[in-house]
Amino acid sequence: MTSIAPRATDDPPLVRACLIAVAALFIGVFLVLPLVVVFHEALSAGFAAAWGAIGEHDAIAAIRLTLIVTAIVLPLNVAFGVAAAWAVTKFDFAGKSILTTLIDLPFSVSPVVAGLTYALIFGLQGWLGPWLREHGIQILFALPAIVLATLFVSFSFVARELIPLMADQGRAEEEAAISLGASGWSTFWRVTLPNIKWGLLYGVLLCNARAMGEFGAVSVVSGHIRGRTNTMPLQIQALYDDYQYVSAFALASLLAMLALVTLALKSLLEWRYADEIAAVHRH
Amino acid sequence: MSLVVDSVRKRLGTYPALQGVSFTVPQGAFVALLGPSGSGKTTLLRILGGLEYPDDGAVRFADINWLTVPVRERRVGFVFQNYALFRHMTVARNIAFGLSVRPRKERPNRAEIARRVQELLALVQLDELGDRYPSQLSGGQSQRVALARALAIEPRMLLLDEPFGALDAKVRKELRGWLRALQERLGITTVFVTHDQEEAFALADLVVLMDKGKVEQFGTPAEVRRAPKTPFVQAFLDPMVN
Repeated sequence: MTSIAPRATDDPPLVRACLIAVAALFIGVFLVLPLVVVFHEALSAGFAAAWGAIGEHDAIAAIRLTLIVTAIVLPLNVAFGVAAAWAVTKFDFAGKSILTTLIDLPFSVSPVVAGLTYALIFGLQGWLGPWLREHGIQILFALPAIVLATLFVSFSFVARELIPLMADQGRAEEEAAISLGASGWSTFWRVTLPNIKWGLLYGVLLCNARAMGEFGAVSVVSGHIRGRTNTMPLQIQALYDDYQYVSAFALASLLAMLALVTLALKSLLEWRYADEIAAVHRH
Repeated sequence: MSLVVDSVRKRLGTYPALQGVSFTVPQGAFVALLGPSGSGKTTLLRILGGLEYPDDGAVRFADINWLTVPVRERRVGFVFQNYALFRHMTVARNIAFGLSVRPRKERPNRAEIARRVQELLALVQLDELGDRYPSQLSGGQSQRVALARALAIEPRMLLLDEPFGALDAKVRKELRGWLRALQERLGITTVFVTHDQEEAFALADLVVLMDKGKVEQFGTPAEVRRAPKTPFVQAFLDPMVN
């Protein structure tokens, strides 16, 4: 095993070195450098300044709004996603392929377009606008529209994660469970859910990252009222436009940190259930 | 007190899986559904188990209109082709499943369930393997766990889909004799699906030979072998002739 002769499948050393260098350079310039720059800019005036920027009233409000929106969106999309994946993979019914296509819709529609449709429906000039105003219900430029827009753009993640996994697992275990006398409910809790729990967690992480980071759709419906309807990404944009770079990058660092934590968790999960990942195809 | 299958029809999509299947077997019989793939034998088994519903026809079992009994209440022990063991549960919890999902009133207590599991493990000769997970079992062991799990609910009928299909020849022979002996001891009406005529004739009291969703011949192994009724049966039993 100590032979120095190159193996038959190896390219010449120079080619290998070049390829590795190109890959490393690419990762460095496009992935690592931006992250470093964000943190560097945030800390350019010292840690205290960055920390102070995060503690400003509008920044706190933006963080709180983002957390509230995520706290509402995440459970709903987990429920929708699991229900959709369960329906699509465990049952046959008319219109199944249409449903599968619809699940993919948020991936293919531009978030800005999604936001505009909500503006069109709930806005003052929109279909429901006059009726909503008569009844004193505020949807556009307020929390409800932000939640709706975020729901839409992060809808697909859980279902998309679960459908290939559940399709691969088939229906045999569920059939075994009902033939042994289990109800649909206890079949789901005792058989289906334990089998998908790692994939589900993975989908939740992706959904969470998207929900917190969404800009386009939320931007259209939020109204950009600082301290009230600006989520973290919107607040970052606003600060940046005001040349408040330290504040903008401090808040951006916080969002980036979230992404890094998500990435770390994802790697941990992939390491934890490597066997299942090997069994099912995965990106 | 018998199993009556009467003119059962079933389409799967546009494919006519069963085109009027009828036969009657006495209670406690060991029946083989024998035929090539696509003959409808698995579909019929799934109808008996309540996992499919026929488009037309009737099934009576022990003088009950079997088709109106919901799957959960049929108490059929179904052994699936690839066993369908719950992969996240130990062998013991797999076997206990049918007892532990019963409504609270009918559910045995924890100690009673544990005792029953131990009994069943002994019955299928796997006393030591209760703590294993399905991925740690051989094919033959998985097969016996699947059977123990099916027997745990004290089934009125035992249904097996290609029970020995995934096993090598030696294990297959062993398990076959063992299953036959067990079935005789328990006296449960048992229907199993196979494409292997040798297996069907070695195990079954009665053979339902099927092709393209129809019964080609029904009788004891000796009858079928002695007097094949149709050219299909003739050819199926002796593929070397054609």
